[in-house]
Amino acid sequence: MADTAKPRGTGRTGTRRRTARKEAGPTLNDEQPKVLLDYYRQMLLIRRFEERTAQAYTQARIGGYCHLNLGEEATVVGLMTALQERDYLFTNYREHGYAIGKGIHPRRVMAELYGRSTGVSKGWGGSMHMFDTEARLLGGYGIVGGQLPLAVGAALAVSYRGGDEVVMCQMGDGTTNIGAFHESLNIAALWNLPVVFVVINNYTGMGTTVEKSSAEPELYKRGSSYRMEGVRVDGQDVLAVRDAAADLVERARAEQKPFLLEAMSHRMKGHSVVDPAKYRSAEQAEEAKANDPVAAFEARLTEAGILTDELRQEIADSVKDEVADAADFAENSPHPEVSTLFDYTYATPVPNESSRMPADPVFAEQ
Amino acid sequence: MSVITYRQALRDTLRSEMHRDENVLLLGEEIGVFEGSYKITEGLLKEFGERRVRDTPIAEEGFVGAAIGAAMLGLRPVVELMTINFSLIAIDQIINHAAKIYGMFGGQTSVPMVIRTPGGGGQQLGATHSQNIELFYSFIPGLKVLAPSTPAEAAAMLRAAIRDDDPVLFLENLGLYNTKGEVPDEEVVAEIGRAAVTREGTDITLIGYSRMAAVTTRVAERLAEQGISVEVVDLRSLRPLDRETIVESVKRTGCAVIAEDDWLTYGIGAEIAASIQEGAFDYLDAPVRRVAMAEVPMPYAKPLETAAMPSAESITTVIHETLSAVGRRVG
Ligand SMILES: Cc1ncc(C[n+]2csc(CCOP(=O)(O)OP(=O)(O)O)c2C)c(N)n1
Repeated sequence: MADTAKPRGTGRTGTRRRTARKEAGPTLNDEQPKVLLDYYRQMLLIRRFEERTAQAYTQARIGGYCHLNLGEEATVVGLMTALQERDYLFTNYREHGYAIGKGIHPRRVMAELYGRSTGVSKGWGGSMHMFDTEARLLGGYGIVGGQLPLAVGAALAVSYRGGDEVVMCQMGDGTTNIGAFHESLNIAALWNLPVVFVVINNYTGMGTTVEKSSAEPELYKRGSSYRMEGVRVDGQDVLAVRDAAADLVERARAEQKPFLLEAMSHRMKGHSVVDPAKYRSAEQAEEAKANDPVAAFEARLTEAGILTDELRQEIADSVKDEVADAADFAENSPHPEVSTLFDYTYATPVPNESSRMPADPVFAEQ
Repeated sequence: MSVITYRQALRDTLRSEMHRDENVLLLGEEIGVFEGSYKITEGLLKEFGERRVRDTPIAEEGFVGAAIGAAMLGLRPVVELMTINFSLIAIDQIINHAAKIYGMFGGQTSVPMVIRTPGGGGQQLGATHSQNIELFYSFIPGLKVLAPSTPAEAAAMLRAAIRDDDPVLFLENLGLYNTKGEVPDEEVVAEIGRAAVTREGTDITLIGYSRMAAVTTRVAERLAEQGISVEVVDLRSLRPLDRETIVESVKRTGCAVIAEDDWLTYGIGAEIAASIQEGAFDYLDAPVRRVAMAEVPMPYAKPLETAAMPSAESITTVIHETLSAVGRRVG
């Protein structure tokens, strides 16, 4: 049973500082080494993928807004592991790692960032807007809170048809202050919908801290207004996240009701690639660095004798190759043809649809 | 007179207005500690403190509405919306409340507030972050909509907006923030509701606003080298709309092209074109043409985005076509 009164995992309460890590996270003893190494590999893949993304951005191969999952790797992998293949996922714009974690090939994710027609959204979406029907990633959304009502609607469709899929809806801490958050939680609870709302609490939305933006800074408690169980978990611990998320996902499936999960995480860099994060104190920046989930998991696995030097090298090499391959694929993929510009305005073709370029006259024969 | 950026002109004006009037306060996401997403409010939190420079939660409907309520009691809030796309979250408060309160209650309380927000496009921000939807607000009686294109106009119009007793949607543009221009040292307060002929010419009238006013000026300069004399009209105010200035110009030149960053069908240009045909019908030597964004949700991929956006080249093409329709193509 999820404990709604007492947070599990990291016990950070209203203050900005994080209190001591891990009260009693899951131990490695009950885990298969192979599975643990796979989590480690996935986390490292996201880390290297995002570093490569930042590099490609500074080389102007990627444009627009670009938000990275650096520092959130344990949370991302833990959450994606908790989902079944048939479960649906909605995310915000910080979603490269989720796309990979949901089973989309890194090549197609990188190609989307490069705006190529081989990308997940055919180059139409970019960093913030990835979608893949097969992987059941139902979109990354750039308007804060935009994904929440949609996730509720997807859960309505599942419930309406008597399906057994669960919808996961990811968001940032800052998103819990927008009206759509409250409207969505209320509707999901009223209608008993199988959706798990997940708040990634990286303690800032851009430069604003949770304490400065949320009157109830213990965000998992915000479900209580809707009699929705909320759970807080240490987002630095991939196993803790997996367990907490799997528990809620399976309960949502079995009991047909919504839950709220808060994962305490860290954003290692600025809000987006171009944000130098000058507003952060040296102490805060240090804290994020000290809480590197990839390094922590690596140390933990090494200490337990699961990750040998040889394996570490092997994994590092294969991840490096995979990321390089993704970037090569993106680089060598075609740009979308300008002739496709009007292909996706409407799903049902109608007469008189405008397919006019900026210099075209309204009446062609003019 | 000093040469400063559009950004600096806005910041200096906010600062001087805050010094002038204790009732002026700033609200918005990331305007304080972060110093503004586009750094318009840099240094203001330090200078004026949290009471007057308020970082808000991500809750556009809530804080825009709160600004309206505060204005009803005589404060003069200046709200920053990070981009005009996010104004859609607050559109009910803006249209159903800010624009209605003065009339609906028989003129008993006015709503003296400003909503500053940039439009944009052309930066690969994708479908939800590249929209120019100032039309939504320009359509609404009770709102005033300003769209300055130079640092001097930005300063004079922001000052006027803050001192005005009605809700003003103040349209900025991501592409203009770094542009530079001369700004007078003394305080100029613009008259709201006036367009300006920013360059005189005899062959054709070219009309734009915001970023497009800057683009049209460049086009006119280039065409002058080819011997084409373009008169440029900068709308500056989308509501009220200065139809006189537009129509008088077209009466002189006999033809017009409108350049706009929004979509064509029902766009701002449609209203301009309708006004021209009604006010200058007998003077027109060619159909009024519009250059606008291709009517699609804006794609991320650069080649598609570039093709979809109006540009100096597409405006130039349409000017040539219009002049050839008039039968006096030059160059
Ligand atoms: C409605 C709306 N308002 C403002 C923005 C601009 N914006 C983009 S991300 C962001 C911060 C979101 O913070 P949080 O929800 O904590 O997510 P994080 O970026 O930390 O993952 C803001 C204000 C937006 N995209 N949509």
